Amino acid sequence: MDKLLKVSASPHVRSKIRSNHLMQLVLIALLPTTAFGVFHFGYGAAVHIVVTVAACVISEYLYEYLMHRPITVGDCSAAVTGLLLALNLPVAAPYWIGAVGGVFAIIVVKQLFGGLGQNFMNPALGARVFLLLSFAGHMTNFTYDTMTVATPLQTLRETGTVPSLAALITGNTAGTIGETSAIALLIGALFLVLMGVIEATIPVVYIAVFVLFMGIFGGHGFDYQFLLAHVAGGGLMLGAWFMATDYVTSPITTKGKVIFGVILGIFTGLFRVFGTSTEGVSYAIILGNLLVPIIEKFTMPHPLGVKKGGRIHG
Amino acid sequence: MRLKTFSGGVHLYEGKELSKDRPIRAVRPEGEMAYPLQQHIGAPAKPLVKKGDRVLAGQKIAEADGFVSVPVHASVSGTVRTIESRTVASGGKAACIVVENDRQYEEITWPAKRDYTAMTREEIIGAVKEAGIAGLGGAGFPTHVKLSPKEPDKIDTVLVNCAECEPYLTSDYRILTEHPAEVTEGLKIILSLFPNARGIFAVEDNKRDAAKKLSGYIGDAGNISVQLLQTKYPQGGERQIIYAVTGRSFDSSMLPADVGCIVQNAATVYSVYRAVAEGRPLTERVITVTGDAMEEPCNYQVPIGTSYKELVELAGGLAKEPEKIINGGPMMGNAMFTLDVPVAKNSSALVCMTKDEASRYDATACIRCGRCIEACPQRLAPNRLAAYAERNDKEGFQAFYGLECIECGSCSYICPARRHLVQHIRRMKRDVLADRKKAVQDK
Repeated sequence: MDKLLKVSASPHVRSKIRSNHLMQLVLIALLPTTAFGVFHFGYGAAVHIVVTVAACVISEYLYEYLMHRPITVGDCSAAVTGLLLALNLPVAAPYWIGAVGGVFAIIVVKQLFGGLGQNFMNPALGARVFLLLSFAGHMTNFTYDTMTVATPLQTLRETGTVPSLAALITGNTAGTIGETSAIALLIGALFLVLMGVIEATIPVVYIAVFVLFMGIFGGHGFDYQFLLAHVAGGGLMLGAWFMATDYVTSPITTKGKVIFGVILGIFTGLFRVFGTSTEGVSYAIILGNLLVPIIEKFTMPHPLGVKKGGRIHG
Repeated sequence: MRLKTFSGGVHLYEGKELSKDRPIRAVRPEGEMAYPLQQHIGAPAKPLVKKGDRVLAGQKIAEADGFVSVPVHASVSGTVRTIESRTVASGGKAACIVVENDRQYEEITWPAKRDYTAMTREEIIGAVKEAGIAGLGGAGFPTHVKLSPKEPDKIDTVLVNCAECEPYLTSDYRILTEHPAEVTEGLKIILSLFPNARGIFAVEDNKRDAAKKLSGYIGDAGNISVQLLQTKYPQGGERQIIYAVTGRSFDSSMLPADVGCIVQNAATVYSVYRAVAEGRPLTERVITVTGDAMEEPCNYQVPIGTSYKELVELAGGLAKEPEKIINGGPMMGNAMFTLDVPVAKNSSALVCMTKDEASRYDATACIRCGRCIEACPQRLAPNRLAAYAERNDKEGFQAFYGLECIECGSCSYICPARRHLVQHIRRMKRDVLADRKKAVQDK
């Protein structure tokens, strides 16, 4: 016992799961849909993914380096943001768009507000909406294999017809790189839930409320083909399972998560039924993000043994 | 039997297999003994001996100073060398009576065994106080004070806390397995103070064999039962165990007695039996010496006052270089920078670890994953409380019930960002409570 012993405050044991593990698990969960996107849309999708992820990681590194802050690219959160943003791009968009979006996501949405844990909206979605508003033409150009194709939601709105069920579920439709395959997204989501990374509360409530809303206000009643097209044909599966569940920008308690899910479901329904855009998930989640502090104000857990009515000692 | 429990908490690596099946071995120290005057919550004891006095094992060497205080007894025979300030297990300095061990182990003449059923309430509580018993589970609250609530008739439940939810600890388990009759008698003694109470052994289900043994000794005592609890940390927290067994809850301004409960740790109940029925003061305790750095993890019956250094040698020494040594369990115990401190009444374990997980990673930003909220057995929001504490915002801290924290450490354990949540909250609690004390004094 020549060495000095270590002393520190209790507890002296720690669980093995760390933040970077959680982020890595999210990356793994996104693999099926990423692989499907590359397979479905071709090598252009792979280039988008590489460019966007690189833009995010490099801008995070440079910002922190220049601001003399600890370098946190090792926590993989920038990589997750980059991958999510890439999955939200149409393959026909120019490659620089992912780079612009990545820089915006990391610098403006995340770092300017204090970095990981401090951003009030999902960086990938913030960037997507920024790109949608700035470069609407590029961001809604769903050309692939040199053919301009409408997404299932566009077709549904314009012609009232829905693609085949098989196409919807496997993802053999037009759309952004990562949103088309419901089955690939669900495999990833199931993985996240089973690994304890996310709880299913937000996505389940979100999708259920959305389906209910569409059934009532969508104009087609509870027609399962119509509803399925809305659930699997746009960005809902990707948004609900991978973006609405972002720890930083969603409520922390179960009660809060339920309320958050309800709000997202209603917003998405509103935007899709009454809005001008066929999509609505990104806007719904971002608006929901802004409401999180208010939701949390009313959903903090009540301590064991403290009488209701909020007695504060002293 | 359905397992009862509380909400929240964490599942930990137990590490109990290291020492669980090792019977209690009595050890006799040969070196110098040190008896801190304060091994309990309350006023320090007043020394009754002076330098040069010869003392015997079992002799009272310091008396209680007031009601919330307990006496201290010598555990070996020898000569008082000095009374001086020494480093104690908590890391601070405290006045200790230092006794040169003469290795004769000469004892006082013990009183004859007593029939506690013939004793009055005052006699029983007096015997507990005179034996110097303070909670052996770790907190060290004087037991006779706990046994003297304002309205004893309103107590309807006496819980024997046999959860032993801290990892690595097996001392209570060994006491329950080896002395079930004495522990049961101890509970009967306590129940005799509370005419309307039933007694419950609350045991985590990783100690089913101990629970079974206890059931056998309860026999036809209709007012005693065994309740199995889910194995989960902090099942043995006072408010958690009361909630799990009775469904009652109370806040930090109240005591268990306010909801009709008295909770005593298993080792304490064993000491109560020894004190009341056998007239033996608290001079030794069972302690688990364990961890992956120990040559031979085991449970020892150790005279209080023995140096930890000697205890480690008596226990077969260290097998590997330890990086961290903990007094108590790894969740709530404190890390020691030296082994040159005495075993005290509330020393439940000595855990020697070759790896210090706590220092392995730096704290990173909170990602709001919510794991601390899920884990908090008090249903608080540790991430928020710690943030208030870091900003020194006492109002925010109190508005979110920071004082309800029991400092179990589940939040820090589970935090994937490795934030020092309970550490910040603990410090803020101290500050807020100190402010209040000052405000009362200023009035």
